[in-house]
Amino acid sequence: MAEIYFTKDHEWIKVEDNIGVVGITVYASEQLGDIVFVELPEEGITAEIGKDIAVVESVKAASEIYSPVSGTVIKSNEDLNSTPEIVNEDPVGKGWFYEIKISNNDELSGLMSEEEYKKHIGD
Amino acid sequence: MRYLPLTKNDREEMLSTIGANNIDELFSNIAEKVSINPKFNLPNHKTEMEVEKHLSLLSDKNLHADNSSFFIGGGSYKHHIPASVDHIIQRSEFLTSYTPYQPEISQGTLQYLYEFQTQVSLLTGMDISNASMYDGSTAAAEAVSMAKRITKRNGVILSNTIHPHYADVIKTVSGIKDTDFVYNRKFSIEIDHLFNEVDDNTACVVVQNPDFFGSCYDLSSLAKFVQSKGALLIVVVTEVLSLGMMKSPGSMGADIVACEGQSLGNPMNFGGPYVGLLSTKNKYLRQIPGRIVGESEDVDGKKGFVLTLSAREQHIRREKATSNICTNSGLCSLAFTIHLTLLGEKGFKRLSRLNHESALNLKEKILKIPEVKLLNKSFFNEFTIELPIKGELFVDRMAEKGVLAGIPVSRLINNNKELDNFIVVASTETNTEDDMNSYIESANEVLR
Amino acid sequence: MKNSNKGLNHDEPILFEIGGMDKTGVDLNEPTFEENFIGDCFEDREIGLPGLSEPESIRHYVRLSRKNYSIDAGLYPLGSCTMKHNPRLNEKLARLKGFSEVHPLQPLSTCQGALELIDEISIWLKELTGMKAVTMTPKAGAQGELCGMLAIKKAIEARNECHRTKVLVPDSAHGTNPATAAFLGFDVVTIKSDKNGRLNFDDFKENVDKNFAAAMITNPNTCGLFEDEIIEIANYIHDAGGYLYCDGANFNALVGKVRPGDLGIDAMHINLHKTFSTPHGGGGPGSGPVVFSDILKEFCPAPLLKKDEDNYYLVENHNDKDIDKSFGRLCVFHGQMGMFVRALSYMMSHGSDGLRQVSEDAVLNANYIKSSLEDILTPAYEGYCMHEVLFNDDFLSGTGVETIDFAKALIDKGYHPMTIYFPLVVHGALLVEPTETESKNSIDQFIETIRELASKTQDGEEFFKKAPIYTPIRRLDETKAARNPVLRWQKNDVIAAE
Repeated sequence: MAEIYFTKDHEWIKVEDNIGVVGITVYASEQLGDIVFVELPEEGITAEIGKDIAVVESVKAASEIYSPVSGTVIKSNEDLNSTPEIVNEDPVGKGWFYEIKISNNDELSGLMSEEEYKKHIGD
Repeated sequence: MRYLPLTKNDREEMLSTIGANNIDELFSNIAEKVSINPKFNLPNHKTEMEVEKHLSLLSDKNLHADNSSFFIGGGSYKHHIPASVDHIIQRSEFLTSYTPYQPEISQGTLQYLYEFQTQVSLLTGMDISNASMYDGSTAAAEAVSMAKRITKRNGVILSNTIHPHYADVIKTVSGIKDTDFVYNRKFSIEIDHLFNEVDDNTACVVVQNPDFFGSCYDLSSLAKFVQSKGALLIVVVTEVLSLGMMKSPGSMGADIVACEGQSLGNPMNFGGPYVGLLSTKNKYLRQIPGRIVGESEDVDGKKGFVLTLSAREQHIRREKATSNICTNSGLCSLAFTIHLTLLGEKGFKRLSRLNHESALNLKEKILKIPEVKLLNKSFFNEFTIELPIKGELFVDRMAEKGVLAGIPVSRLINNNKELDNFIVVASTETNTEDDMNSYIESANEVLR
Repeated sequence: MKNSNKGLNHDEPILFEIGGMDKTGVDLNEPTFEENFIGDCFEDREIGLPGLSEPESIRHYVRLSRKNYSIDAGLYPLGSCTMKHNPRLNEKLARLKGFSEVHPLQPLSTCQGALELIDEISIWLKELTGMKAVTMTPKAGAQGELCGMLAIKKAIEARNECHRTKVLVPDSAHGTNPATAAFLGFDVVTIKSDKNGRLNFDDFKENVDKNFAAAMITNPNTCGLFEDEIIEIANYIHDAGGYLYCDGANFNALVGKVRPGDLGIDAMHINLHKTFSTPHGGGGPGSGPVVFSDILKEFCPAPLLKKDEDNYYLVENHNDKDIDKSFGRLCVFHGQMGMFVRALSYMMSHGSDGLRQVSEDAVLNANYIKSSLEDILTPAYEGYCMHEVLFNDDFLSGTGVETIDFAKALIDKGYHPMTIYFPLVVHGALLVEPTETESKNSIDQFIETIRELASKTQDGEEFFKKAPIYTPIRRLDETKAARNPVLRWQKNDVIAAE
């Protein structure tokens, strides 16, 4: 069963077995406005928890995406190259950024649940 | 005071609306901490007539290209600028307008910049160009920063025949976070030695073509080699007119091209303002610094232009910006594009050939001066000669005779005695037969 | 081609649609040489440059020009930009041949007048700021920041204190500040503003540790307010072994009246195209000379202008002994001479008495606007402002109208909008800077227009969302331009970027 976690910087990660899928939240995509470009990580690179791994650009802003966990990037969402607007349309589904093989499951305990995240943005 | 519209009455009325008794009340918080209204050791205001007189006196003290026989190049060139150019750039709507952040009321600026970007791309043979940089030297420095970002490497190799002050700028402005530079300032007019320096840490190799001494190169094999090592080739062009007779840097394989555009539309102005041109390949689009104009549509479906890809720039990206640059060269890029439009394909190529012809004619005459040798195996409109006396001495003595004879290499490279007798001489379409005869006569006198 | 002109407003096609490969507006003689001396890279290629005759060129550019707003035509209340009148005497004098036709590398004996001009303007800048040294070379304000921070970096290295990598920047700062610091390899830490719109000194102190290098502060700040604690801040910085860089973009509030040097700054850039009236030219060229204190002046960039007995000379090369501590060179040649001529003409025209009147009128105009609008707009801070006044978007709440819409409606009323969404510390910011070259009439008209629009927001958002409607083109799709960048014309209008 897939578990979903959140970070304070508005990333989500859906975890099943040892594989995580990472994207940005609805809140983040709304704050950014129309997404015009996403710079995705290359397949095979090592990601470190809390370090920047991708960049998402809108007309008026650009944001670093910080990896919620450490591991190896397995796949990036190539569709975002041609149609970055998917991130606005479906940020938690089709607008995923990359898939990662998690190297340290303990890191997940430091992330937020959906409840906790909702409270975080309610601030 | 002629530039200040408020009258004494106005000021009193306004103070009354504000509820202050005098203007210093509005500065009272400052006056508590530091003295205001200091006495400056500066004169009081002057009339237009007085200012004009004073500055005219300063201007009259200078020899210039119109009252001398003029043969200086080295990154700034004397060309004829058609009368229409200066007239158009002084139109209020171009001269006194702001950056086109509100596109609905700046389509004039945005459209000419779009045309400019296209012209620059065509000249350099590259895919895309930005809306200009401060000048060729800072464009070159930004190109190096770009290459380091793109390749994620730090090594920078500078050809020995780049304009020495361009090399200084590149090292100062892009050599900031740990960068390895290879530039040994030994005199060498060939660029083959660059092949040996490229390694796995090299982000880019930077060459100037035609180089500081005037020589022209086919860079195709260098480009291939550099790229085979995962590095980028940056080509610097200080005389844009050379592009009318040479293979474009793009066709020779350049990754980034940085040019000085001053030759078109802009006078030499003792060093500035000039206009830097920066062009690159489509794949490096998001790494290009500076302003860039793109096409778009308005709500009625009408085609128009906007500043775009701003997310790269300082006002959004702040500390992660591709550069801290905030202005482009605005009016200078307008002058460039107007001049190039007036020339067109035919005019540009003809002007380019006239420059080469002028240099060929001067070369023929100069080589008849005893003991003067030409260094170059090729050149466009400037070349380097070796004299029997020190270059600085020669140039000073020629200046006394009203001939501005060139640039002593020792002025820019002063740690190599072997170069003390070399000067770089330029000849453009503005140099007449009389100018050249003056040169020869004066030179013969000076060298006697 | 369909005619969609409207009266005096003409649609003008792109150059590439109307120019021709065989058209030209310049008569040139035919070259007659047979063999060229270019070598291997000679090529007679088809470049693709369209040409126009002179009449067609003039028409093309005149038509384009008429789609632009300009300060000559109307007020630009742009906070942070100081859009003052550009005196025409400046243009005349910049074109004197003894300035415009001089080459930067002429023998120094032939250009003493040009060097003397640079010396004169240097003296004005040092006097007006109360600082000891100045470099004229930076080509724009942002390059001036680079210059100041590079000098600071060099000074830190000279003291063998390279662990000092932290630069503090207020959250209200212009984007060039953190961009410059980061570019130089510093770690940027953002300091909060307090509820009075000033730097939070406590937050500042907490962030100063042994790694502290420098602070970059704008004064007056981007909220249009004087940093009242600036002297205390400067002292604190110096006691901690750091440096104070001042962003001089807002010097128009102080020129001729307060000397930044008296506030304890170590370096400050000046925007000649703001405070000293050189034209904005649609985006440039600018000029950003930097004044330095005694402790930083040995790190100044090349070239140095010096005088011995009667002659000026330049120290240009990094191995000349006078320049061995310099951080290097920022640009080829000597800086924006064309802008120096214009700025000096402006300074001499005003004199120190006139310049004092400049800052007084600038501050008076801004406060007059604040007083006249504070009942209907919402000023972000209480009390007097300096040369610019900052409003937030509280006055729009509940109307559905956003700051951007309000700005676009102002365009239909014949004005360029004020600066919007800057500084970032205030929600939906509107920053208004009239400058001293606006008459009371002009300002009264502006006030009335703003009042009218502000009232109109109560009637609903439709009017504002549709704006502008009177301009040659209406709101443009910036998303489309960024998603599918088309940055040049191509034959067959093929889309250029991948």
